[in-house]
Amino acid sequence: MVEFLKRKKRLEDKIDEYLDTVEKGADIFKNGISCYFAEGVEKLDLCLAAISLLEGKADDLRRGIETDLYTQTLIPESRGDVLGIIESTDHVMNLMEETLQKFSVERPEISGELHPLYTDLGNITSSAVACMVQAGRSYFRDLTGVRDNINKVIFYEKEADRLADKVKRLIFCSSLKLCEKIHMRNFAVHIEGISDEAENVCDRLAIATIKRYL
Amino acid sequence: MNPMTGGYGRGGNLAEEVEAYLDMIVRGGLLFSQGIKFYLEGRGDEFGQRLEILAKLENKADVQLKSLEGLLFYNREEREWRGDILGLIENTDDVINGMQKTLKEFSAENPAIPPVLHDGFKELGDLSSRAVELMVAALRAYFRNHKMVRRHIEQVMLLKGSTLKAAERLKRRIFGFDIELDHKFHLGYFAHKIEEIAEMAENVCDRLAIATIKRYSS
Amino acid sequence: MTPLFLSSGLFLGWSLGANDTANIFGTAVATRMVRFSVAATIASVFVILGGVLGGAGAAETLGVLGSVNALAGAFTVAFSAAVIITWMTRLGLPVSTSQAIVGAIIGWNIFTGSPTDTNILSVIVSSWVFSVLLAAFFSLVIFKISKFFLDRAKVHILRIDHYNRLLLIAVGAFGAYSLGANNIANVMGVFIPVQIFSDSTYFGFLTITGTQKLFFLGGLAISAGVFTYAHRVISTVGSEIYKLTPITALIVVFSHSLVLFLFSSQWVEYQLISLGLPSIPLVPVSSSQVIVGGIIGISLAKVGGRGINLRVLGKIALGWVATPAIALVFSLVSLFIVQNVFEQNVAQQERYELNPAVLARMQVAQLPAGHLERLSGQRYHGSEDFRQQLLAVHPWKERELFQIFLYAKIDLIQITNERLQSLAAARHFSPSEQEALKKLSGRVFTHRWQFEEALAQASPLWALKEDTKKNKPWNEQLLKKREKAFAIFARTFWE
Repeated sequence: MVEFLKRKKRLEDKIDEYLDTVEKGADIFKNGISCYFAEGVEKLDLCLAAISLLEGKADDLRRGIETDLYTQTLIPESRGDVLGIIESTDHVMNLMEETLQKFSVERPEISGELHPLYTDLGNITSSAVACMVQAGRSYFRDLTGVRDNINKVIFYEKEADRLADKVKRLIFCSSLKLCEKIHMRNFAVHIEGISDEAENVCDRLAIATIKRYL
Repeated sequence: MNPMTGGYGRGGNLAEEVEAYLDMIVRGGLLFSQGIKFYLEGRGDEFGQRLEILAKLENKADVQLKSLEGLLFYNREEREWRGDILGLIENTDDVINGMQKTLKEFSAENPAIPPVLHDGFKELGDLSSRAVELMVAALRAYFRNHKMVRRHIEQVMLLKGSTLKAAERLKRRIFGFDIELDHKFHLGYFAHKIEEIAEMAENVCDRLAIATIKRYSS
Repeated sequence: MTPLFLSSGLFLGWSLGANDTANIFGTAVATRMVRFSVAATIASVFVILGGVLGGAGAAETLGVLGSVNALAGAFTVAFSAAVIITWMTRLGLPVSTSQAIVGAIIGWNIFTGSPTDTNILSVIVSSWVFSVLLAAFFSLVIFKISKFFLDRAKVHILRIDHYNRLLLIAVGAFGAYSLGANNIANVMGVFIPVQIFSDSTYFGFLTITGTQKLFFLGGLAISAGVFTYAHRVISTVGSEIYKLTPITALIVVFSHSLVLFLFSSQWVEYQLISLGLPSIPLVPVSSSQVIVGGIIGISLAKVGGRGINLRVLGKIALGWVATPAIALVFSLVSLFIVQNVFEQNVAQQERYELNPAVLARMQVAQLPAGHLERLSGQRYHGSEDFRQQLLAVHPWKERELFQIFLYAKIDLIQITNERLQSLAAARHFSPSEQEALKKLSGRVFTHRWQFEEALAQASPLWALKEDTKKNKPWNEQLLKKREKAFAIFARTFWE
């Protein structure tokens, strides 16, 4: 009995740690983007190294959680939902790493007047992910809190959309070469895509919550 | 004997709200193909107007979605299936979002489409819009007459196949054209964006197929 | 012959086990929170415990409604109920063993001309209604309380599920116990007056009554139903509570178990009485209907009852009337066939007499005995005949008939030394109570009330106290002791 509760406690800790890791990832992502514009690609590479480490850790944790959920036949009722949430959260983490990697590899040359907009886009997306993590935490401990956090994510996703739209318009109004325009636009799309994915996790969370809510 | 089933309480209301929501999606699909047509014909102000209407519609659909979630929360009739239904309408929301975003990108990036490719783009737009329409028909059938779901889904799948082929043809023509590579990328991106709408519709139908089997096949 | 006659009761038990386990353990098993084998074992053990230890209360109420005094009659009554239940289940109608058996018993009363105690009948029917309301009330309150705490406690989902699982098992065990205690009377109640088994004492202190043996057998039949068929019911037919979340399901099952427990616990009845509160009658109620009551309570708590289907409520209400009515008719027909085609004795012929002593006793009981002067001094064979004669002189109400039958019935009660001696070993009565019985040694009574009055005169220990709330536990205990004493000293005419 005691052993059983201990194992359960360990799994609870794992889930908490996993969500913490994703939240840290969001923070590093934000730093990475602003560093790229403020201090150049070397600083971003440091962030990339850090987020890659976190991503690997998150993968290990995720696999551990999935195995535990199956082998210990815990929460048989909501297992599918929990697994789906964990998996799609992992997708968000992957996208953040990938985007930083793309910055590092492709080193897009973005016109100076757009720098603050890109930094903003990074900040907003990072906030969306942070709120998504918060919603996930609420799902596990306090169902009443899920809704508020989801609403925040939806708000940030919309903000990211609007900002990305503005960035694209500015890019395509300029007199740059089309290939440069496309290159710059792609990065706006990448960043914006992360907030879309965070919203997707929240859709799942909303459904999972409605199933469990008293 | 389920004390929760039957036409009492807010059950009837939910069905109406779902119908209203699906109406918006269909209208969105029509606006989408219309918008592409106007863009290709260079009728900028009309295109802008359609985009504006679509954006408003998308907003309205979002509000409707939230109220549907609320209704579903309290609905007894669909209690067992509320997870499935919620998943379906959330995915349907992706479709109208995608259409709106794509038209917005047309507006923002203003891609220069050579007149010879107009037909191809127009065809692709129509096919995607048609796929959305059929997807909505399948969704309605889930609530009204589940025996028809399968047929509608099959139609969506067929249409998605044609869309894929049309998109491929278009892309081949784009890349076979004598224009700058970046221009090719730009055009290819838009062809892909339009094609994606049909893929999203198919995605909804995949879910719908599972939800229908879960609900009706016992 | 006895096993054959018991078979209809055993079938009732089997069907109860097969169907009603889904109410108690359905969610736990269907959500794979508890393995079926575990659930079935727990359910079986606790159903049997409930039946043997706590089944007496509800059985007594059913016994007052109608005392089916011949084995073939008991068989036919249980058989009629079983057929009605199987048939209505096939039609997908909500059916309750309690309601079928009550109808079938009244059918026997009518067939044999025995009077029906309309007071008890109205208590039983109102209990059916009340049990559903009570379950709704319980689940509403428990839901509100749980929600209040769960929304604030911020317990991890894994922990909630763990506790939920443990509670489902605990509540399931409680539910099985209550189901056994409350519903065993439906299964085996009609066989009690026939006295198939006698009491026995083991190790000099452990007394097991014949009724308890009978209930044990019924419990075994129920657990056979659990093991052989409940899994199929759980996985195919299911129960309404599946559509709830695990926690609300737990609340509904708990409310259900609580209600069934209240309607079968003599202890609770005494506690309520001694606190001066209105007591809950011990009546077999319908497990499935109580579950629906619980679900309604949840829906009231959540959304103020929006979306409650009135048709289902209508169906349940119909069940309160239609099931007994159909069972009654079917029981009448079956009794006729068993008696006339198979030539089985479905009722012992009771004897009645009206003499000045009986009439005087009726006067005391404030019955208009004047109407009976003409019939005084005569004996009657069989309830039907006596009823006809009574109705010829005055249009009696059913309730009055019931009392006349009570006083006029002839019993042969002999206080023999041999039986007095057996008392010491059986430990049914305290030494001073035995003393009082010994004072009557050698006497013979022809009416039960005479025996009881003589006992009351012999010692205040055997006297009923004034009918106040405070005295109710004493009186009820005494009635049980009198029942016991009667069973020991009465001789049947065919003995």
